[in-house]
Formats: sequence, structure tokens, C-alpha cells
Amino acid sequence: MSMIRTEELTFVYGEKTPFRKVALDKVSLEINEGEIVGIIGHTGSGKSTLIQHFNGLLKPTSGKIYVDGEDFFADKKKLKEVRFKVGLVFQYPEYQLFEETVYKDIAYGPKNMGLSEEETDRRIMDTARLVGLTPEQLQKSPFELSGGQKRRAAIAGVMAMEPKALILDEPASGLDPQGRARIFDMLRRYHDEKNNTIILVSHSMEDIAGFADRILVMNEGSVFCFDTPPKVFSRSRELEKIGLAVPQITRVMNRLNEMGCGLGDDIYTVKYAEKLIRQRLEGV
Amino acid sequence: MEFFLDAENVCFSYVNDAEEPPSRTEVLKDVTLRVKEGEFLAVLGHNGSGKSTLAKCFNAINLPDSGTVTVAGLRTDDEENLIPIRSNAGMVFQNPDNQIVATIVEEDVAFALENMGVEPSEIRRRVDEALRTVGMYEYRMHAPHKLSGGQKQRVAIAGILAMKPKCILLDEPTAMLDPKGRDEVMSTIKMLNREQGVTIVLITHYMEEAAQADRIVVIDGGETLLDGTPKSIFSQVETMKNIGLDVPQVTELCYRLKKAGYDLPGDIITEEECAQALFELLTKRGE
Repeated sequence: MSMIRTEELTFVYGEKTPFRKVALDKVSLEINEGEIVGIIGHTGSGKSTLIQHFNGLLKPTSGKIYVDGEDFFADKKKLKEVRFKVGLVFQYPEYQLFEETVYKDIAYGPKNMGLSEEETDRRIMDTARLVGLTPEQLQKSPFELSGGQKRRAAIAGVMAMEPKALILDEPASGLDPQGRARIFDMLRRYHDEKNNTIILVSHSMEDIAGFADRILVMNEGSVFCFDTPPKVFSRSRELEKIGLAVPQITRVMNRLNEMGCGLGDDIYTVKYAEKLIRQRLEGV
Repeated sequence: MEFFLDAENVCFSYVNDAEEPPSRTEVLKDVTLRVKEGEFLAVLGHNGSGKSTLAKCFNAINLPDSGTVTVAGLRTDDEENLIPIRSNAGMVFQNPDNQIVATIVEEDVAFALENMGVEPSEIRRRVDEALRTVGMYEYRMHAPHKLSGGQKQRVAIAGILAMKPKCILLDEPTAMLDPKGRDEVMSTIKMLNREQGVTIVLITHYMEEAAQADRIVVIDGGETLLDGTPKSIFSQVETMKNIGLDVPQVTELCYRLKKAGYDLPGDIITEEECAQALFELLTKRGE
């Protein structure tokens, strides 16, 4: 069942001005319910413009977008509904924390949905557990938390709305390796429990490689490819040509291929590389 | 004078006056760190480890509670030294949008020089030179907000270069950039160090960036935990992982294979070294 579907989605910034720029050019794609999709692309490739269409922040210049099978731009009343169905977490979401306590901050979204106090409380406690915030931390001011905790509190605010699809723009950027790992563990836990769609925008191929079911590569406003990680990374040379950084391990494996000692062209994690090398050496 | 940057037994706490009684958070606990002129030092540590606090001690934004910091032999706690220290040790921050003040690139680069009262003809010369050095001369009349993140960071670096500093401190300058922007900034930093002998202190979360430095210092819990060459630091895979840091993927792969009993060097940190070592391992077997 499709969660989000676009048909020749086109978006033009500054139409009828000298600064006219086609940000999305006839993008047709389909993201399934429960799927984890990673979106990569260089700055200006159109990935942020694309995700802003997914919850109706931008209206297509031409083409169609369907969320949960509905063309929400055709019926204005549906627009609000879409914002609850598709939750969007912006880059550096901790800058948007504003309430007196973490609890109240997470409550902001559910309250605006018109949920009862009990239901709001249930959701806050549930998401706090998922993102790893303790009841004591919920009573603190958001500004007393560490950077990583603030980030997780801000993401919890969107998760508490229980959107069918959760979109995150660079959720781990600026965090140290442990902070990054925590964010991805948390998203994994969320997905295992709720089985909702997750769409993740990132510059880090390493992060996306180990996490997504499918990777959407954007280039110059168009879909460059949309496939499983092994299929995408087998085109690593082309990806580097369009300004993307493939994982370090993939570059080393490409170098080994050139040296005539190839193990394959679809290697993108250290564990997989280790497995293949050991298989070769142990003759299994 | 032997060391360009010299922190001796530095302790530093942040004081929260809003609370009664005021609470203190101890961030640096007796840190001693010396950096030679012309050295390229990378500082690693997880969020909250104290690495940014330490960097701010080196250009007198933070003054230590105890211990001393000297820059080019000048003590940071003497207010007379403030201007020479800041023009000798410039700082580049994480967010490119927070450090650009003017509406035209070349005016931004000239900002510090104007404040220092440099002659207009000399300002012109130094601004042009700094912009050429970072490869942004063609953009000198552009509006900064229309530049990419990597370009903005290079403009920020040019603003510091124009002061002709002996040292640049960079606090996660690539954290908000895409891979292309990161490459641009890293090549600029390396070029300044190798070709112009500028002392570099680079704070980063990217292990692959740290691997390109002459020396790495790992800060943990406000103390210097490790200090050595990239090879000697990254070969301590377990220690690095235990404190929440990482090692480059190539180091991790070789470490895992070595642990499984294969004969590989334990100090591989570059892609080429890794490819060579794996090539030898895989072909030796076939002979």
C-alpha cells in the first residue's frame, strides 16, 4: 500500500522572475507504508523541496501528490489532516524548543490535534520512553538538557502526534558518533514498534547505508535512482560524479577491484566487507 | 619560545548565576596541552567533553580559573594582550551564518582589518590576497547569504587570514556542510598549514578529517585522555569506542580482520594503505 505517491511533480521557485529555478522536474515516485527510505543528494538537488511537498508545506507548480491515496491539494480541508499524518522534523529541531518544560513542549503537537489530556499524557510518556528521556527529564526546562537530549526531545514532539509517516531532515548532524548512534537506535526502536513509514534526509551515506530499505538519490531536481542499498552503491562511481560521498569502505573496495582483486561492487558496510574477505580467505 | 599555544594545568568551570546558590559545572580539569608553531592538531571528544571550551581558552574568550594559557608567549589573562592574541589566533565556528556580518563578501573579510585601523590600501591588498587564498576571489562582490555553506566557511576563514594570524582555531567547521563543502574546507585548511605554515587546531567529530592531522588529542571528561599521531590514536580501537568516539572505517575493518587472526598492520588509517594491505593479504593466500 502506498503512503506517498507523486506523479510528474514539478516545482519552480521564482516563476515569472529572472531568478526562476526549476527545483523539481517531473518527479514520479512511490513510497510504501512501513518503509524506511533514505534521501541523499548534494545541496540544491531538490531533496528539501521534495520533502516539503510531502506534508503540504509547498504546493506543486504542476503534477500531483497523493498521501495515503488522497490528493490533498484538491480539497483544502484535507491539508490540516495531512500535517498530522505526515510529521516533518526539520534540521536542528532543538532550536524550536520553546516551552517551560520538556513535557509541555512534547505536548504542543498532540494538544493542537485536539486530543484529550489523558491521551496527550499517554502519548508523551510513550514517546519519552521511545526516545530515552526519563520522567525527571520531562519536568526539566529543555535548555537544561544536553545537545543530544534536546535533539531527541524535539523529535519526540513530532513522534507524539503519531504520524503515519515521519520525515527527518539530517536528524544526526552536529552530533558526536555516540549521539548519532543513539538517534538511529531510537528511530529503529520507533519503527519496530509502530511500523510507520520513515523518510530520512542525510548527507551521510554511512548513516543511510545501514538504515534504509531503499535509497532515493536526487540530482538536479530529478530522481537519479531509487533502489535498495546494494543496487545504489554498485553505482558508486556515478554517485561520486554527481558530487556525493560514498562510504569510505566502498571506495577501498573499488580500489581493490582496480587492483584486480575485486570482491564485488556493492559493498557499503564494514561488516559486509569483513564477511566477504573472510569467505575468500577461508575458502567458504 | 618553544610552543606557540601553551595551556598549563588549566581548570575551567561554567558558573550558573541564575541558581541560588550559583551552581558550577567543572568542564576542564587540569588540562596541559602544548602546540608547536606550524603544527596541525586535531582535537576529538564527544559532545560536552570540554574541547570547545579549551579552544576558547586559546583565544582568550575563556579565561582559566586556575593554570595559565599563553599564545605566542603572551598570557591570555593580561588584558593588554587581548588584541595581539586575537589577531594571532583567529577562530572559525560551526555555523557559517552566525559569523558573517556584512552584506558583501569583501566587506565581511575587511571587517576585522577596519576595526584594527589598517590603512585602506593595505586592507584592499590583504582582502584580495585572503580571498584568492581560499578560492573565493571571484565571489568578492557577492552577497554572503547566497553562497553555499562551504563557500561561507571559506569566507569566514578569509576574514581571519586577512589578519595574518599564525594560528587558526576551527570548532567543527564542517559539521553543517555537505560532502562537497567539507572537502573544500578541509583542502583549504591543509593548504594553509602545508604551504603557508599556519598552525591549525581543528575540533571535529569526523574521524576521517582527524586522520589527516599531524597529531590528535582526545579530550574526555575535561581531561586529555590520549595524545599522539593519528596512527597511534586510531590503533586504540577499543578505547576510542568505549568513550563514544569512532575510528575510520578502514581502521575498523583491519582491526576486525586482525582480531579474527589475520596478519595485518594495526595502524592503518588511509584508504590507500588499507587497499594495499588487503591486496597483499588476499593475493599472498593464492600463491
